[in-house]
Amino acid sequence: MVEKHKLKVVLLTGRTIEQGVGKELGKITSEYAESVSVCYMDPEDMKKLDIKDGANVQVSTAFGSVVVKAKKSLRAPHPGVIYIPYGPWANVVVDPETHGIGMPTFKGVPATVEPAPDKPVLGLSELLKQQFGKG
Amino acid sequence: MELLIRNGFVFDPINGVNGEKMDIAVKDGKIVDKVNESRAKTIDATGMVVMPGGVDIHSHIAGGKVNAGRLLRPEDHFKDVERKTAVTRSGVGYSIPSTFTTGYRYARMGWTTVMDPAMPPLEAKHTHEELSDTPIIDKASYPLLGDWWFVLEYLRDGKIEECARHVAWMIKATKGYAIKVVNPGGLEAWGYGRNVESLDDPVPCFGITPREIIRGLCKVNKLLHLPHTIHLHTNNLGKPGNYLTALETMRCVEDLAENGKPVIHITHCQFCAFKGDDWRTFQSGAEEIANYVNAHSHVTLDMGQVIFTDTTTMTADGPFQYTLYTLTGNKWTNHDVETETSAGIVPFHYKRKSYVHATQWSIGLELALLIKDPWKIMMTTDHPNGGPFTAYPRIIAWLMSRKAREATLRKINPKARSRSLLPSISRELDFYEIAIVTRAGQAKALGLKNKGHLGVGADADIAIYNFNPETMDPAKNYRAVRRAFKRAAYTIKGGQVVVKDGEVLKHMDGATMWLDVQLCEPCEIELNENLKRRFKEYWTVEFENYPVSEDYLAVSHPIPVKADV
Amino acid sequence: MPVVKAVSCPVCGSLCDDIELTIENGEVVKVKNGCAMCEAKFLSHRSEHRIRKPLIRKDGEFVETTLEEAIRRTAEILAEANYPVLYGWSNTSCEAISVGIELAEEVGGVIDNTAVVCHGPSLLSVQDMGIPSCTLGQIRHRADLIIYWGCDPWSAHPRHIERYTAFAEGRFEKSAWRGYMAKIRSLIGLKKIRSAAKRLVLKEPSEIEARLKPTFVPSIAREGRKLIVVDVRRTKTAEMADFFIQVEPGKDYELLQALRALVRDQELEVDHVAGVPVEYLEEVVDAMVSCDFGALFFGLGLTMGGAKLRNIDAALSLIRDLNMRTKFVIMPMRGHFNVTGANMVFTWQTGYPYAVDFSLGYPRYNPGETSVVDVLLRGESDAALVVASDPVSSFPRKAAEHLARNPLIYVGPHMDVTAQVADVVIPSAFVGIEAPGTAYRMDHVPIPLKKVVDPPEGVLPDEEILRRILSEVRKIKREKTKAEAA
Ligand code: SF4
Ligand SMILES: [Zn+2]
Repeated sequence: MVEKHKLKVVLLTGRTIEQGVGKELGKITSEYAESVSVCYMDPEDMKKLDIKDGANVQVSTAFGSVVVKAKKSLRAPHPGVIYIPYGPWANVVVDPETHGIGMPTFKGVPATVEPAPDKPVLGLSELLKQQFGKG
Repeated sequence: MELLIRNGFVFDPINGVNGEKMDIAVKDGKIVDKVNESRAKTIDATGMVVMPGGVDIHSHIAGGKVNAGRLLRPEDHFKDVERKTAVTRSGVGYSIPSTFTTGYRYARMGWTTVMDPAMPPLEAKHTHEELSDTPIIDKASYPLLGDWWFVLEYLRDGKIEECARHVAWMIKATKGYAIKVVNPGGLEAWGYGRNVESLDDPVPCFGITPREIIRGLCKVNKLLHLPHTIHLHTNNLGKPGNYLTALETMRCVEDLAENGKPVIHITHCQFCAFKGDDWRTFQSGAEEIANYVNAHSHVTLDMGQVIFTDTTTMTADGPFQYTLYTLTGNKWTNHDVETETSAGIVPFHYKRKSYVHATQWSIGLELALLIKDPWKIMMTTDHPNGGPFTAYPRIIAWLMSRKAREATLRKINPKARSRSLLPSISRELDFYEIAIVTRAGQAKALGLKNKGHLGVGADADIAIYNFNPETMDPAKNYRAVRRAFKRAAYTIKGGQVVVKDGEVLKHMDGATMWLDVQLCEPCEIELNENLKRRFKEYWTVEFENYPVSEDYLAVSHPIPVKADV
Repeated sequence: MPVVKAVSCPVCGSLCDDIELTIENGEVVKVKNGCAMCEAKFLSHRSEHRIRKPLIRKDGEFVETTLEEAIRRTAEILAEANYPVLYGWSNTSCEAISVGIELAEEVGGVIDNTAVVCHGPSLLSVQDMGIPSCTLGQIRHRADLIIYWGCDPWSAHPRHIERYTAFAEGRFEKSAWRGYMAKIRSLIGLKKIRSAAKRLVLKEPSEIEARLKPTFVPSIAREGRKLIVVDVRRTKTAEMADFFIQVEPGKDYELLQALRALVRDQELEVDHVAGVPVEYLEEVVDAMVSCDFGALFFGLGLTMGGAKLRNIDAALSLIRDLNMRTKFVIMPMRGHFNVTGANMVFTWQTGYPYAVDFSLGYPRYNPGETSVVDVLLRGESDAALVVASDPVSSFPRKAAEHLARNPLIYVGPHMDVTAQVADVVIPSAFVGIEAPGTAYRMDHVPIPLKKVVDPPEGVLPDEEILRRILSEVRKIKREKTKAEAA
């Protein structure tokens, strides 16, 4: 599965209590940004990529690519599955197709993860500027 | 504002007016003796029928169950839409119309008062939010109390007065109008997927029987002096052979009647007038029910007439709806409400060619025609269970015209036709009797003093239909009857002309009526303390968040009632 | 200091209505009974991230403006648009939603609520086959088997378990709290229990200590309620379960169909389904058919991934099957506190729960076509009003892009991601803290929301803002007809 430090995975997005609390506190807080610009990974997968907790990684799908911080999952084992909390970072890489029922695909999107030591995790307003040219 | 309706044929049974040509005067929303003719707006009703606004004693138009039905059936709405106009809101039909559409459609037929018959107390706010969004018509709702744990426990312990006080609290808290009982004991049993089978079948875990619940609540109703009787959906509803349960239910409160006044209302009686051991031997039990009702004065009924159409069944009778689901394999929604009641919804198509459905159609009409006194039987479809309320003009035509009945009889299942009693019944109701079964009788049974008649002081809710009884025979011209009732020439609500030639002229709020039951002893505090203590155990909401405040009623119309406890 | 009791929590679909707030100088200073999310919301209503003044974007930058100007501009945008979208509604009152629908009808737009990106598929499934369900108290009183599938109440609905299911005291079923305590005590030790108890916010610390005393009951031997969790990850909720089924991502459908087969006494010819040994599933099915009252809660794990709609169809079918054997109910775990209310009001006024298109003058409904994400992906809308929600942070990028391209109006209390890319921003009061109203709990029980403090000066509730927009739109339309006539 590992091809030159790139791992094929399945991307899930979802709620966490940190994201839940963060969103109630207000979304321009750094707590909020920090709580949702992360990617929870299985420790074994992190070993394969040779990265440590908190390292920047680039997550790419057919729909986009975004840099987030890798975090060791407390919910392991779930090899081959990564988890990004709901938020603007996750939205860059989820599948917009609604298959005629109005609902995009937020879970189970094929993705790759690779270390990105030289690329920064964008802050919220930088991300919005980059994505929408507004904000 | 003053209004004068001139020269119509007036049918006002409560005041004994039978088709006399006369004027009706209106001032400030009420019927008055006379008005200043030069100032008053005049409506020429020459050659038309003038009646009090229609009253519907039992129609599911609002609340959790109705809305779950709307949600369940987008296909019901696609084919029947209402466009926004300069004065009206948009919406959809068909069997479970959206709230605005419900109000408009009743008004278009000349109906001005409608009772929603099944409000789960815990979700009463929902019922009232929808009622407030139902324009033009006045309305009220009956809280479901027959399986409320408090009722079961107090009646089991023989504490009738205690029970009455709690029921009074509940009616006020839910802004309700009458005690509704559905399949007593059966709904509690349904909590664990079971049912009760007879009046003497004990309710699991509660040590009480349906008979005791019915008798107990009848007594409670009397202690509280509520304007309507208890409003009962019988046990075993929808099962072959259940006419026996219906007869036994009526018998079980015979001794509680005084002065020949009704003490019980058996609702949508068609659904509990089934004879036979199973669906194969299924037959009408209307004659037996009618014979009993003709010989007794303590009971009133409504028809629950079936219409051949695609509709949506919805009752608080969870186990019945489950049976219907297993019979049809259709979509099925169930919604049990903690400590109180349940509900079920199943789409249903009544087909002319089905023996059972056609027989059901016949039973409803047989009941209405075989019961001699029109004050005892009211016209309903148990909307939308037998069919949508918009079918009323067709039912009126069947009641007024043997020819109309025969036209339908020709098209139904042959076995059902050959067994139907209808060919042997020649009775044809006249406009006076129609006014009784569609408004006067209903208002009287409900104890609505200002509705259902055109006497001085009554609410100026008036329907004018374009049919000339002098020149036309309704029995022969039943299609003209149908047309006339489908689109009222005028509907006047609270003295305002809201419909002309079947078109809605204005969107306005109707009132929500509720009983302000006043207990005679100052026992409120004690009552509240007791309730508060048990709230945490019984419900998942806080005591103070439970009652419906008057803010939920677009127009609140409390009716004071002095209780004997 | 005044204490307000029986306050409803305007955060998640559990709508706990037993919160006690201490108010000091017009601010909430203490929250009792709430969970962490509840506390965060009540204590942050005065945070610096509140918007206090209406904003309008001029030359790419926000400038402060008056409320009248912001409302006038909003009304102009909406009145001029051919096909505006009005989106959000799950974090406001039913009363505000009602005005929102009237506004959508008036401007002939599409109105949609957040259900479209959470339980939309559940609603579509319900329209296909119905749903056997009940209120939460019914589960508290009677359920002896509780299943959470694809949801993690511990994180998303923190008090759900304590108030309504496994740890609640019912008339016929007792709390499983003691069993659970015994289990984790033996496993992890006292420290973790304390923090667990704190998370669940079970009253006072002394009470927690008292609850820790009861004698050890091993959970396997325990009678009474059982808790099953099905998820792709070992969530916090999963750690408390009697059975945990770790399903492979995207395989929920297979698992549900396997359970259906087992419920119908069919043999499975494989050893594993969706990564789970069949013997284990047989045990689970035994528990399902032999319970007296079962309840299955499902979350976005089912609606969002894999087979979506087919997942829910399968789950509903499973419950229909189970009702042939025993009593079983099913309920979606609704997220935002009033997403259920939005579905309710939409349904009673228009016949449909979400994705309602008024462009033809009557309500039209066809998710996939009239749903907001699709309208945006097709690039059809030419204006957008967002109320009480944050689509830019929850929609896929492509949909959010078109939204940001539209003249975009945002009405809400804080500077959400959507607000940051909006053209007009109108600050509003927090419903349930600074404005009263009604919301519907996930089980359709209506719950009143209280106003406990005043909003910041000049800040109005959503309902009032929308009323003003509506009357301004009508005024503009009248002026236009007059001008055309002249
Ligand atoms: S569980 Fe939900 S409703 Fe209850 S306190 Fe927590 S956030 Fe509020
Ligand atoms: Zn009914």
